[in-house]
Amino acid sequence: MKGSAELQALVLTLQLAGTTTLILLLLGTPLAWWLARTLSWLRGPVGALVALPLVLPPVVIGFYLLVLLGPNGPLGQLTLWLGWGLLPFTFSGLVLGSVLYSLPFVVQPLQNAFEAVGDAPLEAAATLRAGPLDTFVSVVLPLCRPAYLTAAVMGFAHTVGEFGIVLMLGGNIAGKTRVLSVQIYDHVEALEYAQAHWLAGGLMVFSLAALLALYALQPKRDLKKLSKRPSKRLSKWSSKRPAA
Amino acid sequence: MVFKKTSGMTLIHAVFNHSLPDFTLDVSLALPASGVTAVFGRSGSGKTTLLRAIAGLERVAGGYLAVRADVWQDAARGIFRPVHQRPLGYVFQDANLLAHLSVAGNLDFGLRRTPPALRRLPLDQAIALLGIEKLLPRRVSSLSGGERQRVAIARALATSPQLLLMDEPLASLDIERKAEVLPYLERLAHELRIPMLYVSHALDEVARLADHLVLLDTGCVLATGPAAELLSRLDLPLAHGDAAAAIIDAVVTRLEPDYHLSHAEFAGGQISLINRSLHLGQRVRVRVQARDVSLSLQRQSGSSVLNVFAASVTHLSPDSPGQVMVGLSAGGSTLLARISLKSADTLQLQVGLPVFAQVKGVAVLG
Repeated sequence: MKGSAELQALVLTLQLAGTTTLILLLLGTPLAWWLARTLSWLRGPVGALVALPLVLPPVVIGFYLLVLLGPNGPLGQLTLWLGWGLLPFTFSGLVLGSVLYSLPFVVQPLQNAFEAVGDAPLEAAATLRAGPLDTFVSVVLPLCRPAYLTAAVMGFAHTVGEFGIVLMLGGNIAGKTRVLSVQIYDHVEALEYAQAHWLAGGLMVFSLAALLALYALQPKRDLKKLSKRPSKRLSKWSSKRPAA
Repeated sequence: MVFKKTSGMTLIHAVFNHSLPDFTLDVSLALPASGVTAVFGRSGSGKTTLLRAIAGLERVAGGYLAVRADVWQDAARGIFRPVHQRPLGYVFQDANLLAHLSVAGNLDFGLRRTPPALRRLPLDQAIALLGIEKLLPRRVSSLSGGERQRVAIARALATSPQLLLMDEPLASLDIERKAEVLPYLERLAHELRIPMLYVSHALDEVARLADHLVLLDTGCVLATGPAAELLSRLDLPLAHGDAAAAIIDAVVTRLEPDYHLSHAEFAGGQISLINRSLHLGQRVRVRVQARDVSLSLQRQSGSSVLNVFAASVTHLSPDSPGQVMVGLSAGGSTLLARISLKSADTLQLQVGLPVFAQVKGVAVLG
């Protein structure tokens, strides 16, 4: 009986992290691209908003989401009006919270990689008849493959490890919102340290393994290239001024 | 700026008036449909900006650009064709190969995006022209600078461009790599019928490659016309300094294989070239450097110099301190001689004076 509860929490956690990562990659790509390329003054404020979850306690994010998405919050009224019902204490609500919470872990590596790619390959592709979308798919994506791996692993692992938002926004409903971290909390509350150890240790092993895999899979050459490139881009910028 | 009429129809009409806080590009050009047009000027003169504007890489607000009958850009009618829709080839200064693809992948990238109906240059020919057959499976990162640039040129050719734009393709190479790539550029210029715009600040490259010349200075056109004419015009900066040279176009009329000699006819007479690879009737471009030409009032006898031409002085212009650049007309062909101020005074050189020009060295450019 206990075992099935653990399994349920594990499956739910993986579902949440998988869904969140997928959404983040889809959403984070255009956002990171815009942040990397725009000259708009909005770049600073948007960048700061994206980075906010890095410094804000998750409980704070969870609290405000709970207020905003609740029956009296503007977003809550919107979801009610749209016929989606209320999102707090549902899986969808958790996904939304996780997306916000893990956003910087996906957007920042992608943004760094897009910036490192610079203008040169885009210009080369354009002179070889590739339109903007074609260039993105056939030049930018392959050049940024290591960054996508980093973004996916970081987004996934970070979502697996969240607690504050889940507790605030999801509560503790078995099979719906009770993820691994909440399950651990429950065990500790009930003084079931042995079970807590199993789950906590498991999470630690998983996180370490994910990071190890990331570092092992990352080709050294590409890491070097990416770390070297920003300076090259600076020179590109200065030569962009119309000196012959 | 008035364009001097050259043979061949006009290919490019380019009018750009582009102001930036620290720089203004203000050109109006009509360039010929064939051969190599060099855009020459110091760094900061706007050469690269002009080339990037023609490519569409630099979005120039007020402008008109037509290539053949095709309008690529017209601010008045709100036309701006983006780079990928302009049938051009572009060779960047630093090759700019796509790092995630092999050499073959780079060549294939543009070829695949060129509609089959518009492919006029077989890829094999481009590969052979640049001698990169053996490089095809290599990774881009394993290539030398010269190899990169050859691949970049072949990659541009693979799209069968109507216009080939080259932005100082040799500038990032050392002298040896330059010497490796330059012959390929000459082959390109001679064997392909693709008009080229070639940006450079190296006079020797321009002398070797260019048929036509655009001289840029601080964003404005200083002069434009046939290269041979502009290179030896003493009112322009090109015909001064150590690298000043006259360009002579000649036709091979007689061979003396025992002496490894070829004799070629030009307006000023016959010029002897030590070169066995030439054949009768071949057109050659010969460079005569001003520092290799000496002057005398009588024809010297008992001299080892093979090439002596009767000429008359057309210009005298002070060069570096103690030196004078003398413009000469040999039967209508222009020659330059850089001599000491002392010699000029001793010979009492003046415009119209008949002299004999002794040419110590000539270089066949191809």
